[in-house]
Amino acid sequence: MKLRNVKKPAFPWFGMDIGGTLVKLVYFEPKDITAEEEQEEVENLKSIRRYLTSNVAYGKTGVRDVHLELRNLSMCGRTGNLHFIRFPTQAMHRFIQMGSDKNFSSLHTTLCATGGGAYKFENDFRTMADLELLKLDELDCLIHGLLYVDSVSFNGQPECYFFENPSDTQNSVKTPCSLADPFPMLLVNIGSGVSILAVYSKDHYKRVTGTSLGGGTFLGLCCLLTGCETFEEALDMASRGDSSNVDKLVKDIYGGDYERFGLQGSAVASSFGHMMSKEKRDSISKEDLARAMLVTITNNIGSIARMCAVNEKIERVVFVGNFLRINTVSTKLLAYAMDFWSKGQLKALFLEHEGYFGAVGALLELLKSPEEA
Amino acid sequence: MFTSKMAAECQRVDRSSHSMDKSITLPADEIFRNLENAKRFAIDIGGSLTKLAYYSTVQHKVAKVRSFDHTAKETEGEPLYEISMQEEVTARLHFIKFENAYIETCLDFIKDHLVNTETKVIKATGGGAHKFKDLIEKKLKLRVDKEDEMTCLIKGCNFVLRNIPHEAFVYVKHADSEFRFQNTHPDIFPYLLINIGSGVSIVKVESEDKFERVGGSSIGGGTFWGLGALLTKTKRFDELLQLASKGQHTSVDMLVKDIYGGSYGSLGLTGDLIASSFGKSATADNEFSKEDMAKSLLHMISNDIGQLACLYARLHNLTRVYFGGFFIRGHPVTMHTITYSINFFTKGEVQALFLRHEGYLGTIGAFLKGAEEDTPPMLPHSLGTTALSHPRFDPNQYSWGENYAGSSGLMSVSPDLNPMQRTRSGTFPFDMLEMDRLERQLVNLPLLQDPSSYIPDTVDLSEDALAREYWLYCFEEALDGVVKRAVASQPDLPEAAERAEKFRHKYRHKLQTLRQQPFAYGSLTVRSLLDTREHCLNEFNFPDPYSKIKQRENDIALKYFQKAIKSLEELSWEQRQFALVRGLLAGNVFDWGAKAVSDVLESDPEFGFEQAKRQLEERPWLVDAYDQWLERLKGPPHKCALFFVDNSGIDIILGVFPFIRELLCRGTEVVLASNSSPALNDVTNSELQILTQRIAAMDLVIQSAVKEDRLTLVQSGSSSPCLDLSRLDKELAGVVRERHTDLVVIEGMGRAIHTNYYAMLSCESLKMAVIKNSWLADRLGGKLFSVVFKYEVPPSHKTTTQDHVPGTPS
Repeated sequence: MKLRNVKKPAFPWFGMDIGGTLVKLVYFEPKDITAEEEQEEVENLKSIRRYLTSNVAYGKTGVRDVHLELRNLSMCGRTGNLHFIRFPTQAMHRFIQMGSDKNFSSLHTTLCATGGGAYKFENDFRTMADLELLKLDELDCLIHGLLYVDSVSFNGQPECYFFENPSDTQNSVKTPCSLADPFPMLLVNIGSGVSILAVYSKDHYKRVTGTSLGGGTFLGLCCLLTGCETFEEALDMASRGDSSNVDKLVKDIYGGDYERFGLQGSAVASSFGHMMSKEKRDSISKEDLARAMLVTITNNIGSIARMCAVNEKIERVVFVGNFLRINTVSTKLLAYAMDFWSKGQLKALFLEHEGYFGAVGALLELLKSPEEA
Repeated sequence: MFTSKMAAECQRVDRSSHSMDKSITLPADEIFRNLENAKRFAIDIGGSLTKLAYYSTVQHKVAKVRSFDHTAKETEGEPLYEISMQEEVTARLHFIKFENAYIETCLDFIKDHLVNTETKVIKATGGGAHKFKDLIEKKLKLRVDKEDEMTCLIKGCNFVLRNIPHEAFVYVKHADSEFRFQNTHPDIFPYLLINIGSGVSIVKVESEDKFERVGGSSIGGGTFWGLGALLTKTKRFDELLQLASKGQHTSVDMLVKDIYGGSYGSLGLTGDLIASSFGKSATADNEFSKEDMAKSLLHMISNDIGQLACLYARLHNLTRVYFGGFFIRGHPVTMHTITYSINFFTKGEVQALFLRHEGYLGTIGAFLKGAEEDTPPMLPHSLGTTALSHPRFDPNQYSWGENYAGSSGLMSVSPDLNPMQRTRSGTFPFDMLEMDRLERQLVNLPLLQDPSSYIPDTVDLSEDALAREYWLYCFEEALDGVVKRAVASQPDLPEAAERAEKFRHKYRHKLQTLRQQPFAYGSLTVRSLLDTREHCLNEFNFPDPYSKIKQRENDIALKYFQKAIKSLEELSWEQRQFALVRGLLAGNVFDWGAKAVSDVLESDPEFGFEQAKRQLEERPWLVDAYDQWLERLKGPPHKCALFFVDNSGIDIILGVFPFIRELLCRGTEVVLASNSSPALNDVTNSELQILTQRIAAMDLVIQSAVKEDRLTLVQSGSSSPCLDLSRLDKELAGVVRERHTDLVVIEGMGRAIHTNYYAMLSCESLKMAVIKNSWLADRLGGKLFSVVFKYEVPPSHKTTTQDHVPGTPS
């Protein structure tokens, strides 16, 4: 068989995306290991596989998103499961230390990494763990990873979804769909900050703009305002809050709609506008503040994305990034904003593996056949 | 979105109107001037500032000249015309800005001083208007009539852009002059106005009545204030800005280099770029200083607004983007961060523009709205005279001019000062803008090559510190003389001395202000210094300190006119052309009432004129295009020459008239443009009317030219010793067009050196002057009495010097 002649990279197969806040790691666990292979497999490779696949949490902060696992995936002639793991960038040094402890360098694998951390920590990998990183561009990886995951589907289900009935955020319904014929698309990646790309084909794209008001801003300001410590905590508070106690709405100023300009009374006129008043500051709840923060950041991203879509003449807007993880408030709001402000012209799309595409893209680079590379 | 609305409710309840200290006295001759004649009011109450507008009629003394009946024989020793002081009523717009805390005091003051007004309503706008509605109605007995805030804002914006030169500026933080004033484009539309109040409104303005809110954002001044107050426990907006200006955002924000360890080279993102605002506060456990958080917040909001502004500017293909609202209102910090953001996102394609009178836009608009409602819309042909005599008026039918004497200028009240500290001074800080109605519409000279890039002034003193020092010193030194001259011009009025002292005080104060804030009235120029002095003189009823001197000089010069013509006619053609130019230049030596000059003149004017000629630099002159001019004269005559004249006396009579007489003989029509109102010893239009009559009576060439309408006198529309070719009487522009003017002559230091030296015209032009200031001469590489004789032909013109027949005038 021809396949046998193709030189496959040595296990383990990792792809890593080191962002400003989170490290995203994908790990391909081969399920078609022959007895012969099993025999040959060195002990520390086995122990890595066992460690990663038998746990769902690593240390205090590492997490495996089991629900995202892609099963029976065929990659580079092997069949196995793709695992999705994340941990805070703050724990990066501990991770490198672990690599050193487990004598990772003896495995002679290439560690493909993308994201800013691939550059920032390159030297630490080298000196602490004797590991050389193959550094990859994060936007290339993002696009390649996204297109790949969409193409293999989410265990038989579509990777992509949108919201039916987006104009009513209370009753909008998450609806799976296909991303067939995806180009051109406006790709909005919301991590700590936000990058907005216009993608015309797999290898033809441009970064249109970006904003520093992203997930990091939401979490950072929430921590300062409410004393919370994690994204989950912040989102949980936000889910219980009411932003209209914090934001000044059109109706707070005009008593109703501002008809001269066709603005609804319920529209936000000034984010955190009520907080100019001392009395209101003194009586506000943490939940309301968290909610307002979430709504402010989300709406702003929506507004910039919409303007970019109009300027670039692209109707399909795909939102990805870990800010959207377990964050239906934001996804629904973005779907609403795209639909409402464009009068139905724009469509917001979302992907199940929201934050992991960069890491997948990095893994794909590892598996690229030599003649392709 | 939205403007200054709101805020009113949240601001400093403890210091609101009702707790105002009544012991504060208002300086009646400084604030709310001319209330006795106030006609119509408008008010804009924002979150912290109140802006009041009213219209008044101002009685001014003006010098009028009137010809005696000269049908009788000449009487030796009798002046040729009579000068009298008359009262003239002009219209003025007053705008005053003060803190909301003083509303009640101000309303009381207005109530006490307001007499004989038929006004029944006051137009109101701004978020605070409803809060103070009852108070205003009770105090002033006027009905409060609310107007839409955005409509007022746009109306006001159009008005200032159209009427105030150097209204818009670019802010450059670290430059020698932070304010780079912009030329007003002849067509102010279309533009984008980004109003940053509690939220942000983005408005596209396409014409006077057509504007649209194309977008907005809820992240605005209210977000900075509200979030800032939560984060830092600092209550006041100004204090938050102060905190921000002291902070370091890099400890709070996650930068590109925090993620990458350096820059993100392939995307051209530098390491210092903010990747995630407040990104570090999510991971680090350490405490952040108030200053750092405020700074980070300021960057976050400014960048966000700048980015949206750019996206909207691109979408609508607009490059003129003005910023306003309380977030901006004169705060250097926010002007800087917004400018930075716009530069970053547009890579310099769009410049952030700010307005000198941004704070007044709402009240100006509300006022104009009221004025329009009172004025039945007039048909275009009835523009002008009918409206003049009518007590009701539509301000948009006129041109208006900023009165430097009555306006505080940019940054008169530092936005950083704590109001509590200010209150202790016994009065309260206020800022004023006064605009005088000009009795004519001002337009561009149709012969400007590119009106949008025309800059009248040769040197921008705001950018040239050395020149600024020199001229400020000069004007201060000259002040004594001006005061003396003013007093001497009104020997019959005993209080003239007292008024003159007030003038001195006012102008000296202006000079001091300009030394500190050269940007107060736009770019500082010799022209603006001269104009400010004229405004101050007018303010204290010294409309024409030189009237008597001009009269005497005209008288004397007239006597020698015929003799001068005769001696010119004896010369050969070529000799005569040179003598005419020298005569013009020598005449121009008699300027600014130079004492040495006037002494000689009085004893023996003819000798004086000859002496002046000898004073002139020998050719080659400092700038010498005489040979080209002579060559040109050998060609076909010009169709029509427009001549901007300068001084009275020898200059106009023995210099200009012989020169234009020669042009007339060549078959060139002549338009003489002179000042509409007095400035120094410049000849005014009404004086020139009389002089022309008198010369016509003596000289057949001039006589027939007047009779046949080949010599026309027009007003320039100006009352400045300098010349702004973008603000000229509409009628002048009409004449220039009708007559197919193909030569423009500009004479004198003020008009041809301080201004217009680099002006590019679409026809031939002559710029002539004698440098009568050694410092300036030095700068230009010449010496005292150096001559500038610039003859310019626009590049597109094919000169007509080839194949000519030398002119052989009879």
